Formats: sequence, C-alpha cells, structure tokens
Amino acid sequence: MELVFALAIGVLTASGTWLLLRPRTFQVIMGLSLLAYAVNLFIFGMGRLLIDRPPTIRDDGALDPALYADPVPQSLVLTAIVIGFATTALFLVVLLASRGLTGTDHVDGQERDT
Amino acid sequence: MSFWLRHLPSLPIVVPLIAGATMIFFAEQRRRPRIVLALTSITLQLVAAVTLLYLTTDRVPDIWPEGIGAYTIGGWAAPFGIVLVVDRLSALMITLNALLALPVIVYSFARWDRVGVHYHALLQFLLVGLNGAFLTGDLFNLFVFFEILLAASYALLLHGGGTQRVKSALHFIVVNLAASFTFLIGVAMIYGVVGTLNLADIAARWPGLSNDDRGIAEAGVTILGIAFLVKAGSWPLNFWLPAAYSAAGAPVAAVFSIATKVGVYAILRVASLLDEPIAPFGGSWLFYAALATMAFGIAGILAARQLQRLVAFNVILSSGTLLAAIGFGSPGILAPALLYLLASVLATGAFFMLTGMTERMRTAGPGEGISATEPASYTAFSVGEPDEFGPDDEVGVALPATMAFLGLAFVSCALLVTGMPPLAGFIAKLGLVSAIVDSLTPDADNAPAWLLVAALLAGGFAGLIALSRIGMRLFWSVTGRTIPRLSVIEAGPVTFLVLLCIALTVGAGPTMTYLDSAARTLHQPQTYIRAVLPDAAAGVHDPETAP
Repeated sequence: MELVFALAIGVLTASGTWLLLRPRTFQVIMGLSLLAYAVNLFIFGMGRLLIDRPPTIRDDGALDPALYADPVPQSLVLTAIVIGFATTALFLVVLLASRGLTGTDHVDGQERDT
Repeated sequence: MSFWLRHLPSLPIVVPLIAGATMIFFAEQRRRPRIVLALTSITLQLVAAVTLLYLTTDRVPDIWPEGIGAYTIGGWAAPFGIVLVVDRLSALMITLNALLALPVIVYSFARWDRVGVHYHALLQFLLVGLNGAFLTGDLFNLFVFFEILLAASYALLLHGGGTQRVKSALHFIVVNLAASFTFLIGVAMIYGVVGTLNLADIAARWPGLSNDDRGIAEAGVTILGIAFLVKAGSWPLNFWLPAAYSAAGAPVAAVFSIATKVGVYAILRVASLLDEPIAPFGGSWLFYAALATMAFGIAGILAARQLQRLVAFNVILSSGTLLAAIGFGSPGILAPALLYLLASVLATGAFFMLTGMTERMRTAGPGEGISATEPASYTAFSVGEPDEFGPDDEVGVALPATMAFLGLAFVSCALLVTGMPPLAGFIAKLGLVSAIVDSLTPDADNAPAWLLVAALLAGGFAGLIALSRIGMRLFWSVTGRTIPRLSVIEAGPVTFLVLLCIALTVGAGPTMTYLDSAARTLHQPQTYIRAVLPDAAAGVHDPETAP
C-alpha cells in the first residue's frame, strides 16, 4: 500500500510540476490542481497509513491510542483542500480576465514569437 | 487580570475580521458606514497593538514576567489547543502594521476605495492575515494566516483592473500558490516526525529527535524555509515581485511593503527556536542568497525608469538586507536590523503613496503629451478607474504649495530608503555596520563581513544615484508639467509616515533599548518555550508522537 501511495504522489507531483512550467494558463491551472492533490495525499500520508482505525473516539469507548488513526493530518487536509480550492477558483477568474484583456492564453499575456 | 487584558492578544485578529465581514453587507454606494468601520477598526487595532507593546516591556513585569504572553484560544492548553503568542518582536510587528495601515486607509478615501469593489473589506482581511501571522504560535495557523493574507493581496493587487495588473497578478498567484504547496509539504514532514505543530513544542522536542527522524525533520524545515523565502522576496525566488508591486495601486503597494516582511519575520521566528542554524534559516546559505538579493535589488534600482518600480526594487533590497543580517548571525546585529525594518517599511510605504501623487504630475514629453514616468498600467485602464487625472480630486481640501510638499516628501523618503543622514534610515544602517565591524576577529575569515558592509553601502549609493536622477526629471524639468491638485487627505498620510520616521530618529534611544530586549528574547528560545508550555520544563512528552 505504501508503495502504491508513494508512486501516486510522485506521479501527481511530477505531472503537476511539468504542467506548471508550461506556457498556457490552462496547463498551469491543471498543474496546480494536480500538485494540490499530491500535497493533500502527502499530508494524509504523514499521519501514517492505517486501515480500520477511525480518527474519532468510537462508541464502545475504547481508549487505547493504537486503535485510532491520527486525526490531526486529516483535519489539516480538510483545511488545505478548502484553501486550495478557493485560491484555484480565484486563479481561474484571473486566468479568464487575462484571456479577455490580452487576447491570448499565454502566461505572459503575449506570444513568444510576436 | 481583567477580562479585556486577558483577551487582548486576540483583538488584532478579531477586530479586523469582524469589521471586514460587516463591511461586505453594506451596498457599494454607502461609503460612510465603511469609512466609519475602517477607521474604528484600525484605531482599535492601534490601541491594542500599543497596549501589547507596553505590556511586553519591562515596566509591567507582573503581567507577563518575561515579556512573553501566551493566549490559549478557547482555553485549550498548548500543545493541543491553538495558541497566540505575544513577544516583543510580534508586538513590534503588529504595531508597525497598524501604524502603516492607518495612513493607507485614510489615503484611500481620496480615490482608491471607489476604483473597485470591497476595497476596505479586503484591506481588513489583509490586516487579519498579517496580524495573525505575527501572533500565531503554531505552524499550521501560520499557513492559514499566510493564505488569508495572500488571498486578500491577490484581490487587492487586481484592485482597479487593467491589463498590467492582471498580467502581474497571474504570475503573483501562481508563484505564491506553488510556494503555499511547498509550505504544506514542509509542515506535513515536520508533523510526521516531530508529532506536533506548536512552534514551542517543536523547539522543545527538537533536541530529543533520533538521528533518522532528525534528517526528515531538517528536510521539512528546509522546504518550509524555501516557502518563507518566496514570500520574503529572496533571490532567485522573487522575479514575481517587481512587476506586481509596480503594477499595484499606490496604497495597495504601500501596504504590501510590510507583506514581504512577513516572510522575513517567519524566518526569524523559526530560526530563533531551532537550536542550530539549518539552511535556509541561518548560516552561509541564507547569507549568500541574501547578498544576491541585495545585488539584484541594486541592479533593479539603477535600471528602473519609473518611480514605483524603483521603490519596488527598494523593497527587495530591504528584504535582502534583513535576510543578510539574519544570516550573518552575529549577536549584536539583530537589534539594528529590526530598526532598519521599521524605518524601511514606513519609508517605502510613504514612498509608494507619494508615487501615486507624483504620477499625476505629467511631465509631457516632446509632442507626445505622454510622460516617460507614467506607468503602463494607467494607459491600460479602461475599466473602473474614474477620471484618473480629472475632476475627481475634489474630495477634501486642496493643499497649497503642492510642489514644495511633493519635493520635501520626496527628499525625506529618499533620505530614509537610502540610509543617508540625518533620518532613521541612517541610524539603522550605521548600527548594522557597527555591529558587523564589532564582530570582526583578527584570526578568522572576515570576508563575509566586508562583503556585507560593501553591499550595504552600495545599496545606499545606488539608491542615491537613481533617486537623484528621477527626482531631477520629476521636479526640475519644467517643460509641459501640470501641477497636480492634491488634497489634504492624500498628503496627510505621507506626512504622517515621514513624521513617524522623524520621531523614530529622535526617539532612537528608547526604541533601541526596546529592540535590544526584543533581540535578547529571540536569542533565548527557552523563555518562549516556558511561556507557551509551562509544563514542558519537566521534559514530559506524551508517547503518542508517532505510531
């Protein structure tokens, strides 16, 4: 499971970074989204990968910490998702404004050749 | 301890948050309630900040014994609850923030708050982010407040619209989003091995890490540091900064001049809590990156043809100077560096606002009628900007002797940012140089010290050349110039900031006493840890650090 998880993060980060360095704004926003996924998975993974362990206290009142997953990274991921989502939405607006004002989807607002 | 005193540390965050959120509910046409709210909020923040500043001094030792106060949000004890920590450095920074924001808000009443929507609300949210970042006691909340600050600054940068702003905002947002992801990776790695996000708790557990864990934790700290360096505008991570700061509206750029210092503050805060310098929080790595930042700033200052762009490069130069001082790391250098921070933030803030006024002084070129100093952003304005040079300026009382005022303000700002006598910039630079010279040892390698002195002097000299050139073109070339009609409401804030810098010069003695004690606290991380975690002195760690 760790291997698959690590590979997924690695592939997402690599493709995200590659897209982030591309000249078109749409590629950049896709790159940012992929990077956001990778980072969220990474934070989640830092709470260790555990199966069948809830992050909240169970009904039967078992108090052994070994029965539970670490809840902190999960709440961190939630916050990071919300913030990443909001800023990506804002970036989308700027992207559209830039396309409308400059007439091109190049990140510099002008084509390299002209 | 009274109720208000106990909850005082939360006020700089809560007040602007409530004010900003309330403003959204007023229709855009109703300016009066927004103005009242904005002024009330900033006044309350200023009062809270100055009270905190007073409480952290030695005069009232019974409230916070070592000048450090920890406020546990909701009463949950650290490290499980979230804490706000007020020490001398953070009290200083929130006071500086309020002192800069007050004139910026007043300045915006003249025109800028009507150029786009929700200006004052966004400015309040920016203040929430700044105050929060200065006060927070844990890493993840630092991230959250950074994001609040950045989200507000994205919108404020776009305020007024125009191609130039949208283009620079696109780069600004991408770079800062990527930096935020880096920040999160760093935070996650540190949490993964140290098992806590509370800064004091991290510092307390740091010496007890096993060798394997330590490697990962140090890598996490380094990744975190790279995110801070992006925000601080350190070379080679600052290519977004000049375009963004020179495209932003004048008051927005003025308040941005403290936003880069958040990165410097974060570096200083984390560096002070780690027991040994980890790149990029200290040592030669930070030092040489900062020297390169200074060189980049100097080259930009000499090359800039517009005043606002020149001031933007001055922001880079001052960030570089501060980072170099932190990286240099001799014990006496921190206090003059903090004085330099105060003087440079106030001076660049005043300078950015002054730029907004001098740009209306159109020195018409031969035949064209378009001045060389006019930024491209203004020509691109077709949306939103109501009569940039038109009859809109009739708000408030017109100022007599316009040119005399502009000239005097320009000279004062130039003296401050270049560090020429007799103003505070000079005292700060002199303090820096004397601290560097004090650290010289006869047998060790003194090359870094002399490099830093040379960079400091070169920065002042380059600023002097570039500013005299621009000043001559602005004030002494008489052909086709129209004298702008300035209102008191615009000139007052610049005068206020310049007077504040003069007060800083006159009161340099007491200020340095306070800064010295602030620097001393930073050199004793144990006091910070004791104040946040009263029980940690026993070295008790819960076993649930990492499964």
